[in-house]
Amino acid sequence: MNSFTPFIRAMGAVVWKDLQAERRSRELVSAMLVFALLVIFIFNFALELETNIRANVTAGVLWVTFTFAGQLGLNRSMAVEKDRGCLDGLLLAPVDRAAIYLGKTLANWVFMLLVAAIVLPIFSVLYNTNLFIPGLLLVIFLGSEGYVAVGTLLSTMAVQARTRDILLPILLFPVVIPVLVAAVKATGGYLQGLDMSEIQVWINLLIVYDVIFTAVAFMVFDSVVEE
Amino acid sequence: MNAKPKLLTVLDVVAAVMFVTAVSLVFFYAPLERVMGWVQKVFYFHVASAWVGMLAFAVAALFGILYLVKKDVKYDRIEFAAIEVGIVFALLTIVTGSIWARPIWNAWWTWDPRLTTATIMELVYFAYLMLRSGIEEPERRARFGAVYAIIGFLSVPLTFFSIRLFRTIHPVVIGSNDPGAEGAFDMTPRMLQTFMFSLLTFSVGFVTLLWHRVRLGALSDRVEELKLKLQS
Repeated sequence: MNSFTPFIRAMGAVVWKDLQAERRSRELVSAMLVFALLVIFIFNFALELETNIRANVTAGVLWVTFTFAGQLGLNRSMAVEKDRGCLDGLLLAPVDRAAIYLGKTLANWVFMLLVAAIVLPIFSVLYNTNLFIPGLLLVIFLGSEGYVAVGTLLSTMAVQARTRDILLPILLFPVVIPVLVAAVKATGGYLQGLDMSEIQVWINLLIVYDVIFTAVAFMVFDSVVEE
Repeated sequence: MNAKPKLLTVLDVVAAVMFVTAVSLVFFYAPLERVMGWVQKVFYFHVASAWVGMLAFAVAALFGILYLVKKDVKYDRIEFAAIEVGIVFALLTIVTGSIWARPIWNAWWTWDPRLTTATIMELVYFAYLMLRSGIEEPERRARFGAVYAIIGFLSVPLTFFSIRLFRTIHPVVIGSNDPGAEGAFDMTPRMLQTFMFSLLTFSVGFVTLLWHRVRLGALSDRVEELKLKLQS
């Protein structure tokens, strides 16, 4: 039909491959999930969390949890590609490399949202609060997109380095701070029940950051995988 | 390429003379600020090194893009050199700022957007160095370095913008002045001249250092080549 359809199909194939592999092995999401719960428990001891009193701390804890768990997932998702030469296979396929990038990003995004979907109710139960605010879900949706957009690009670089396991967080965290700041502020706003006009600016920022990071990562991904 | 270019020697001398002049201007020409006293003198080199740090990272991002387009190792050397020099000047900015902040803000450090962003910027480029040292293959190292220099340079202003939505107490001496800022002052003409001269001095110093570092990069590449030739 046109050149757009094969692009979407290649992207879909990469996503489908990742989801299928995950459905069979269940190692990525389960590791992220257990890790996320552990982080929440450690924070509980460290900070004596009480959600109703400190909505802003809760926002921070939630995002630190997602960030750490997400980093674990990103590392693993790229490492399995690299280890058994799957990445080379993917790159040999006669498709646009940007489609591979978007496919991997989309799959990572799904994994992060899956983890969030399980962490949120558990967090709600543990701290006797309701985190299922539609706006908060939107923030998680947008925040994790920006995170995996940069994360997928940087993890592709990190797995090709000698120091790959320690490299990803060092590369990723300082760069992804704008997304996290906006996400934490917006989350805190919803938890404190602030007026929409005060939260709106952070949501807008999140959207802008998502667009910028996704676009740039999309453009430079080619130079990260070429051999 | 082995001999040191004459222009570089000239630049060395010019930079050294300018630096001595700048120091004497700061101490003997610029008037003493009435409220803050001697510690205000830090301002001239503080802003100048912040400017050079910023300039260096911008240059690095620019040559990162150029490298990705042209794939010429020359651009990679300039990018790497600019980042190394930039890291030093960014660190100087933070240190001189702390020296000034201790008497004026009564703290070495505050979680102000500029301070926080400056430190995050420093961390981004430390990460850049670690990324490069983790990859042996030169061509791939150059490619990844270029990508990270671009992403990092893009992220730093966004970080600044995000954090600036909180309130700031950092004075803005140039341009608009925020009444909430602590330690702000108006520059007299002599202060302005000294300040402009410091900016110029540091810019010339930056170019000189960058050139030296690029030459050093080229020479060390040459050494690597010769070593390989000897082995085979």
